[in-house]
Parts: sequence; structure tokens; C-alpha cells
Amino acid sequence: MSVRALVLRTAGTNCEAETVRALDLAGARTDCLHLYACLSEPARFDDYSILVVPGGFSYGDYVSAGRVWAAELRHGLSEALAGFVGRGGLVLGVCNGFQVLVETGLLDGSFDGSRTRDIALYGNASNRYECRWVTLESEACACPWIVAGERWPCPVAHAEGRFVVREPEVLERLERNGQIALRYVAPDGGPAGYPDCPNGSVGAIAGISDPTGRILGLMPHPERNLTPWNHPRWTRMADRDARKEGEGLAFYRRMVEVAAAPSAAGTPARA
Amino acid sequence: MPPATLPLPRAWRVEVSRAPGFDDPDGSHALASVRELGIDSVRGVRLARGTLLSPEYDRTAVERIAGELLADPVVDRVSITPPSEAPPRTPADTHRILVALRPGVMDPVAGTVESVLRRTGRVPGDGEAAVQTFRAWELEGAPSAAELEEIARRVFANETIETLAIDAEGLSFGTPSIAGRRGRTEVPLLAADDAALDETSRAGELSLTTLEMRAIQEHFAELGREPTACELETLAQTWSEHCKHKTFTGRIRFKDAGGNVEEIDNLLKSTIARATHELARPFCVSVFVDNAGIVTFDEGHDVCFKVETHNHPSAIDPYGGAGTGIGGVIRDILGAGLGAKPIANTDCFFVGPQDLPLDELPKGTLHPRRVLRGVVAGVRDYGNRMGIPTVNGGVWYHRGYVGNPLVYAGTVGILPHGYAHKEVLPGDLVVSVGGRTGRDGIHGATFSSAELHEDSDEVSASAVQIGDPITEKRVLDCMLQARDRGLYRGVTDCGAGGYSSAVGEMAEKCGAEVELDRVPLKYAGLASHEIWISEAQERMVLAVPPENEEALLDLFSAEGVEATVIGRFTDSGRLVLRDAGECVGDLDMGFLHDGCPRPLREALWEAPDLPEPGVPGPEELGWSFERVILDLLAAPDIASKEWIIRQYDHEVQGTSVVKPLVGERSDGPGDAAVLQPLPESSRGLVLSCAANPRQGITDPYAMALSAIDEALRNAVAVGADPDQAVILDNFSWGNCEKPDRLGSLVLASKACYDGAVAYGTPFVSGKDSLNNEYRVDGVSVPIPPTLLISCMAQIPDVARALTMDAKEAGDLLFLVGETHLELGGSHYLERAGRAGGSVPCPDLARAPGWLRAIHRAVRSGLVRAAHDLSEGGLAVAAAEMAFAGMRGIELDLREVAATGDGDGVDADALRLFSESTTRLLIEVAAGDEQSFLTVLDGVPVARVGRVTDGEQLVLTGTGGTRIAELDLESLRRAHSGGDEG
Repeated sequence: MSVRALVLRTAGTNCEAETVRALDLAGARTDCLHLYACLSEPARFDDYSILVVPGGFSYGDYVSAGRVWAAELRHGLSEALAGFVGRGGLVLGVCNGFQVLVETGLLDGSFDGSRTRDIALYGNASNRYECRWVTLESEACACPWIVAGERWPCPVAHAEGRFVVREPEVLERLERNGQIALRYVAPDGGPAGYPDCPNGSVGAIAGISDPTGRILGLMPHPERNLTPWNHPRWTRMADRDARKEGEGLAFYRRMVEVAAAPSAAGTPARA
Repeated sequence: MPPATLPLPRAWRVEVSRAPGFDDPDGSHALASVRELGIDSVRGVRLARGTLLSPEYDRTAVERIAGELLADPVVDRVSITPPSEAPPRTPADTHRILVALRPGVMDPVAGTVESVLRRTGRVPGDGEAAVQTFRAWELEGAPSAAELEEIARRVFANETIETLAIDAEGLSFGTPSIAGRRGRTEVPLLAADDAALDETSRAGELSLTTLEMRAIQEHFAELGREPTACELETLAQTWSEHCKHKTFTGRIRFKDAGGNVEEIDNLLKSTIARATHELARPFCVSVFVDNAGIVTFDEGHDVCFKVETHNHPSAIDPYGGAGTGIGGVIRDILGAGLGAKPIANTDCFFVGPQDLPLDELPKGTLHPRRVLRGVVAGVRDYGNRMGIPTVNGGVWYHRGYVGNPLVYAGTVGILPHGYAHKEVLPGDLVVSVGGRTGRDGIHGATFSSAELHEDSDEVSASAVQIGDPITEKRVLDCMLQARDRGLYRGVTDCGAGGYSSAVGEMAEKCGAEVELDRVPLKYAGLASHEIWISEAQERMVLAVPPENEEALLDLFSAEGVEATVIGRFTDSGRLVLRDAGECVGDLDMGFLHDGCPRPLREALWEAPDLPEPGVPGPEELGWSFERVILDLLAAPDIASKEWIIRQYDHEVQGTSVVKPLVGERSDGPGDAAVLQPLPESSRGLVLSCAANPRQGITDPYAMALSAIDEALRNAVAVGADPDQAVILDNFSWGNCEKPDRLGSLVLASKACYDGAVAYGTPFVSGKDSLNNEYRVDGVSVPIPPTLLISCMAQIPDVARALTMDAKEAGDLLFLVGETHLELGGSHYLERAGRAGGSVPCPDLARAPGWLRAIHRAVRSGLVRAAHDLSEGGLAVAAAEMAFAGMRGIELDLREVAATGDGDGVDADALRLFSESTTRLLIEVAAGDEQSFLTVLDGVPVARVGRVTDGEQLVLTGTGGTRIAELDLESLRRAHSGGDEG
């Protein structure tokens, strides 16, 4: 049974094509739908076991990155989203999608409005848009498709990716819950200063999940590293001719595998 | 003088600033800019982002809007002030500078908030969700009143588009009230003498010459009536230099340096386009007839490329000008054939020196630092939002660009075979899609065809436009779906001249009727002709068969994009405009497109009489080779552009194969970009560019040829097949009504013909901007003649792509090409303060063969790295390869053959710093030497050095002694340690 994945798009989304490609290459059957189509028919979420909010500049990121799209999701699709998450669907937010997930409150438990959000992504410490490759290290965490200890290259491209928390206790809570999924590290695995950590995130955090590990957001773009030739130094690699794919594909493949495994996928989606 | 305090705005005021404990990078960067002005009396700067909301909301609603949309609960704090109340007082030693967009200027932030309030059902009682934004900069410290003024004008506000209030209220709320006249307006011309005709042209910002005004007068005299405002404006737009390229397509009498006189009828057709037609390359699908040149890519796809200039708008508003420049060229691609998907952007800037002293800044100009930062931000914010990778470009610095900077923006698109041609049939509907029409951008086409002068910012404010990339992205999303469903037959973008050019062009062969009252407006009050010529952004015009009307309108409406039928194409041969049923214009298509007079322009070229400066050795100049090499690496044109490149998303779409920065630490300047546009095919697309304005001042012919050669060798250096390359010309010149400027344009155009034919490389598109002069105190100064050559080439298999960084110790380095005494316009002689010298010029009989031979070696897998020798010559190329690869390099100048040795010529400096063309430094594995030399049989090639595992660049001079030894870290620091913008 193949996994069905939904990539949402709206005005200003611009990474949907490579995100669909990544999921398809990873073995999913992927559709890309406009937000308006889902707003008018929220039950469409029932068809899928993976939901991806891809990168881009939703609504221009005017005012603040991801905020307007998050407001629309909370306003028009909160039940559909809660239902999707409740029956075990996997949610991924990449870059702008991560910003959207943070703004919705899906990652820190403030989605239902019962408490105030205490995590945020805001302007990079450099005050600049930063497009560069970084090294990520996967943490031991709740997210079932993150392999602890793995170190892998990935591009970032954002202006508002600095992860911050309201107070230190929030960070302790995230760590305790296993919510910290990815960190920026120096190429040799050491602590990342600028620009290895491109945005000044607290704890060099690149991605976090919700406490269940089934909702994940990250600033870097694994879907931009699918081919053997995306890597910035592929022309210098001794094994360049033997490379079969970029390091980002494994990330999506494992996500699709988790979604396909009945034990982990909760109620399977209709295929 | 501080501006008078206005009444407090009748609107809720929400100000959002950073909460304590979270830094404010906007503020700290602004503080750095204040310090750059030499002002130390300001201790700190903070930014509060302000929003005005309708007074009809109640406090609870405003608090909810602020909490949910305007402020972040973690990093922000919010201050809310009710309508007509004063905001909280600021502390005693704090000054506030309020900056807001002028009424009518596009405010995408406000538009976004307004529309989300609508979509989530939060419209206030009166049904108007009016929102406005402003910025409040809070300065701590004790600057003087004069300092505050200077800071406000130079750092915070561009008064062309923004209002400014210092320690005062300056905000107003509500839509602008303007009252343009709707309906038929006649312009009395029939009785006018030449002086009156000129006055009508000048006062109306029409940029029409006396001769053209007379032609219009005669035409309407024959009709026995006066022209209407719409008609006159349509003619002015269509006949503008910007739209019609009157100089390039006109008649020219050219006298060359030898006194020979030649008459040229249509310079474009007799040089650039002629080369393309003679070459008749089978891969050219559509050239010189559409928005962009279209060529074959693979079995199923074509690619297209267009580069535009947006110079004058960028001079007065760098951010908005550059943004709408890139927005405009993206629309060119959306309107190429039946519409292409944009897959890459390019950008090239020519600006004044960044360290220009403030007191040398001409009256009425912005400082070159502000210009460059502004244009970089403009391209960044538009290109990144569109999701198009910006992959190639350059920045050139010269004093000649201080008053008139140049901004070139390019876009590449891809489209399936069979979509390259469009048509329009009588009966098709004229459908406008995308943005609404406002008063922004009135007279952009005619403004860009006139000279800039010290008051340009005042008279031309309305020519400035602010772009909204998200509207354009939504148009793109819908248009490609409509294309694939075959819902329209023809398309063009609304660029210069707005609807008047777009509809006029589409209907040229048939005719059209447009109902101006159907055009969706941003606000009321536009005159009929303003609707017709407004260059409001993000609009496209489609020709839609009537049977597809409903399907097309539904498709756009499903994604919330406005699409409106505004008229229909006819077979009348006339362009008819009506407003609420009244005829406001009725023009004959023949006169509109062919009625423009073609005067004979005089062109003259006299070679400047400059001494042969020789090549002084460094000792003679009191330097060392080490010092010179480090200085050249740090020269603004050569130094790293990383601070710019990193602000552009060059990875989006996931197609990147060779990035703008390459090497072990991604800090080597790549020669060209390589993309893999189609995931299912390993075929690659290569983009490169070249310009040598320094050389153009003394020898425009050689300059143009060397630019063509450089663009091609840059492409070859990353693995492109030179036989699958096409090029684009973009001329920015001074006022070509002056014979000397036109003379150099003629020479450069002739070089384009000769070069294209010799290399077998057709031009497929181009554009010219011919009035780049800056007039101050009565003196008009032209820019250096600037020809940008952009190259789009292909690489059969991206797995064979190359980067310029040195790869492996033990590899050999070969210099391909010939080194001559060609330092005219070189960085070395400029640094030595010596004018003159021969300008590099490729050997057209042999150079194309060398490039082909290099490509054969690449295809055979014999090349590990290749780097083009250009600015700074061999020394700079070797240094860049070394630090980018983190490998040592040894060069022996005794192995570098050169012509021009003799008295007054330092043999080592000649070899290191000559900028002769068609040269590349190529790295080859030691075991491949023989195979490489066999493939390059007949090509001048010499083994000049090797890659080492040392950490130095080591140069042995022609005398056999070591003349320079530089460690990689100092090379890297020199190259990347400069400007950070």
C-alpha cells in the first residue's frame, strides 16, 4: 500500500515542486493542493497520511514569516488539522513551513489557544537573508524518522530562522520531551558559530518536533539536496562518479517508511 | 526645518518593537549606517513597526489583530493607541523619526494584512478594512537638529516615495484623494508652432522630439481633428526610445576614425540581428520577435532568456527600481511564447565607488553605497519571494556611474516544445490578469528615455513603482495552468507603457477595442489616459478565445487572482478606447507602429589619443608583486561578492549544480552557473556574463569583442559546449543624439556582428538603454559605454561540470591562449594610474577554435578545473584557484610566452597582469598530460605550473628567481575581507 502525501500551497509558496519530487522519489504518491481547495473541502486531508507545508514566502512573509498562513490554517482548518494529527498523520514543515507550524502552535502545544506560544522564529542575528550550506546533526529525539547521531549536509535559505524561547525553562522542557530533532554543527561536528549556525538559534537548533514526534519543523531544505550534483563540493569528492543521490533524499525516504509502517502510522489513511 | 505637525491620524495605532532580551538587528544595522555618516552623537537605534487600523474597530478587535497578526508573543512587545490620541511620550533623550509610504505608493504589507482580515471575516463596521503601515525609528542620544535631518534623509527615508517626520506627527490615514478627469480630453496641437509642440511634449513628460510632434500634428491635421490625451500618450509610449529603440532601428551616418563615411539603415538589423540570421542555427526557435529569445533545450523543452535594464528608476529609488526591474523581466519570461516557467535570475550592477566622499556626491544623487544596498535588497526581496534562484551576475564600480547607476536583471525560463509562438485572432477577448491599476508608474517609458538630472527625483516620483512579488507569483501559478489547458492564444506582459504598449503590440496586426471603465483600479480618481498608460506592476494581458472565457476566469478566481475582460481584439486595424461608452481614443495601427519619423543621426568615432603607457614593474611604482596581487584581489570589481550572493536564494527549485561560489569553503568565484532544469534529464544549462566598461571608453570595438569572448569562455570554463551557446546584448550608453556617443555604439554593434559570426554564437535577444547621462549644473556626463553580454549555454551531462577551485596536489596547470601587451583598461594599469594601452581583443580567426578544443578536453574527462583569466590576469586567476581549492600553486613565468616584451615593459608584470582574452588556466592530472595536449593540438598551450600540497602561491619570474610567495590565508582575506554592504 503506497503512502499518500499532500503538499499544501498558497500564495507565495515556492518550494512545492521539489518537495513533491522528494516525496515521490521517496516512494509516496504525492498531490499538491491549493489552500483554497482544502478550505472548501477540509475532508480532503483524510486521503493522506503525510502533510507537508513547504517552503516559500507565504503571503510575502509580510508582517512576519509564516504568520498569515498560520492564521488562515487556524481559522479555517483547525478541525481538519487536529483530526489529521489525532489519527496519526505525519506533518512536516520546511523553512516557511516550519515558520507556519511554529505560528500555529502545533509544535509547542499552543494550537488550541489554551496557552500562549512560547517558542518563535525571528530575524537572523546577521539581519540578512542567508543562503548557504550547513551541516546538521540529528539528535536522539521523539521524531521516528530522525536517526540519532547522523551528520549530513543541507542548504538553508532564510531571513527569519532564529529559533528562540520565551525563557530557559522552555528549552529544558523541549529537551526533556525529546523535541529537539536537529542542530547545526561545525563541519567537523564541533559547536556551530556563525556561519555554521546561520541564524543565531538558541542551542543551534535547526528543527524541532511536537512531543509525539509526528509533527516536525526544520529550517533547512533537504528537498534541495536530492541529486548527486547538488552538494557544494561534489566536484571535489573522490567518489563523485559513484554518488547516486543527494543526502536529503534519505530524510524523506525514512519519513515515508514511517508513514507506511502500520505500527507507527496509527489509523492508516485511505489509499 | 522640522515638518509641521499634522493632526493625529484618526486610526488605531499599533506599534510593535522587540521585547527586552531580544535584540533588534534592524536597529543595530541602522546605527551602523548612522555611524558611517560620521555621526557619533547617537548611542542606539530601535525600530518600531507601526500599523494604522480603521477607527471602526473596537479595542478588543484591535488587541486580537495585534496579538494574532502584527506581533509575536515571544519576541515582540506591543503598544496600542486609540484613534486621535497621542502615542506614549518617548524618554527625554530619545528622538523619533516616522517614515511612511506616500499616499498611493504600493504597500504590500498593508495589502496583506487587509486581505487576511477580509478572508478571516474581520472587517470593521463600515466594511472598509483600511490598513496602513509606517516605521518609527527611535534614536537614543543627543544628535543636533541638522544631524537628525541628515540621518533621516540619508538612512531612513527616500522622500521620493516616503514621507518623513522628525519628532513630530506625520501620519495620515485613508486613501489618497485624487481627481483625474475621466472621459474624452483633446489636446490642442493643430495650431501649435514648434515651440508650442515642444512645450506640450515637455509639460506632458512625453519625451517626443519636435520632428515626432510634427508628424503627429500632420496626422491629425489630415484627420481634421485634435488628438485626445489617450491618443497622444499612446503615441508617446509606443514611440519612446524605451519601447521602439529608435536609435538602434533608425538611420545613421557614421564617420569612423579613418574618416570613412557609411550610411546605416537600422543598426540592429544590419549588425546584431543580421549575424543571427546569417548563422541560422537550427536550435534558434524564436529570436528577436518576442519578449525573449527562445532556443531548443532537450527533446521536449525549449529555454528562453531575457535581460532588461532598469536604470533610471533604480537611480531615484534603488530598492523599488531594482525590484520592479526583476519583476518586469520575470513577466517577460511569463509572456515569452505562450508563457515559460522562470528557472533562474541574473543580476548585474554598475555603481559608483562605495567609498566616494560625501562632499563629492553630485547634487540630487544618492550615495553609491545606498544605491548598491538598495538594488541588492530590491533584487533579493523580489527574486527570493518569486522562488527563482538568482545564480549569476556581477558588480562593476566606476565613478562614471555615480549619477546614473545601471541595473540589469535577467530571467531564464523553460517551456515545453510547441509553446514558442503566439497568435491573436479577431474576436478574442482582451483579458487583464494580476494586479490592479493605480497611478504608480506613470511615464516610466518616457522617463527612462530622457536624461537624469538633479531634480529627477522630484519630477519623476510617479515613475517609481513598488513591486508586489506575491501577486506576480500568483499570476505565474495560474498562468502556467491556463497555458497547459490551452485557455488562451496570446499573452504579453504589461511593462513600460502599461496597457497602451501591451494591447497596442498584441493588436498590431488586427486591432482592438478596450473599455477603460472595466479595468480594476486600486482607488478611484485616475484620468482615462492614466488608466491606459499606468505601469502598475504584476499585470499580464491575455488573448482569450470567447469560448474559454468562463474556464479561464474560474481558474484564476479559484486562487484568488483577479482576471478581467477589458475589451476584445478586432479586424479593424484600429485601436479604439472607450470610457463609459465614450470614445476617448481611436488610432490607426499603421500610424501607431510605422508613423514615427526616422531622422538621420550623425555618428562619429575618433580614437582617443592616449600614450602607450608600457608596463611599469612594481619596483618602479614602489610596490612588490605580493602587494599588487593582494591589492588586486581586494579591488572592488574583483573582490568577493559573497555578501550579495548569500542574500539571494540560489538553491530554490533544487536545480543547482555549479553555484556562484565554489571550492572547499565555498568562497571561490565561479566562472558561470550550471543548473539541471529537468530532474529526468542530466542535461545542464549554463549561465555566464561579461562586461568591460573600462575598455569601452578607449576602444568600444575591442571591448565588445572581449565581452563576447569572456562570456563564452566563462561558460566553457564550467563545461559548456560553445557550439550550443547563445548570447544576449544589453547596451547602456550615453545620449546617442550626440555623435561621439553614437559613434562608439556603432563600433560596439559592428563588433557584435563580427564576434557572433566568428564564434558561431547567435544573439537571441537584447535591449538598449541609450540616455544614461547625468546633468548637474548644466553639464551632462555620460556613463562609460557599457555592453553587458549574457550567455546561455548547455552542457550535455551535468556530471561533467567543472568548478574553478584547484583540486589535487601534483596536478599540472596549463595556460591556454596567448598573452599580449594588452593592458588597456586593465586593473594593473588603473592601479598604476596610467591611462591608455591596447585594449584586449580576441583573435577572431583562432579564438573560437581554442574554446572548442577546451570543450573537447572537458568532454573527454581530462580537465579537473578551469578558470577564466580576465580582470587582474593570470595572477588573480591563479590566486583564486589556489585559495578556493585550499591548495598551493606554483607558477613559472618563464613558461608563459608573451608578445610585447621590450623597453618600458616589465616582463613579469606583463605576464601576470595582461588581460588578453581567450585564456584559461586549466588543471590536468599529471597522467593525462599527453592526452590533454593531443586534444589541444594546434592550440597555444603551455605547462606553466602545478598544484602543490603547500599553502602558498609561489611565482617564479622570467629571470628564474622567486618573485612572490603568498600564503592562501592572506589571499583569501584580501579577496573576501572587503565590503560587507
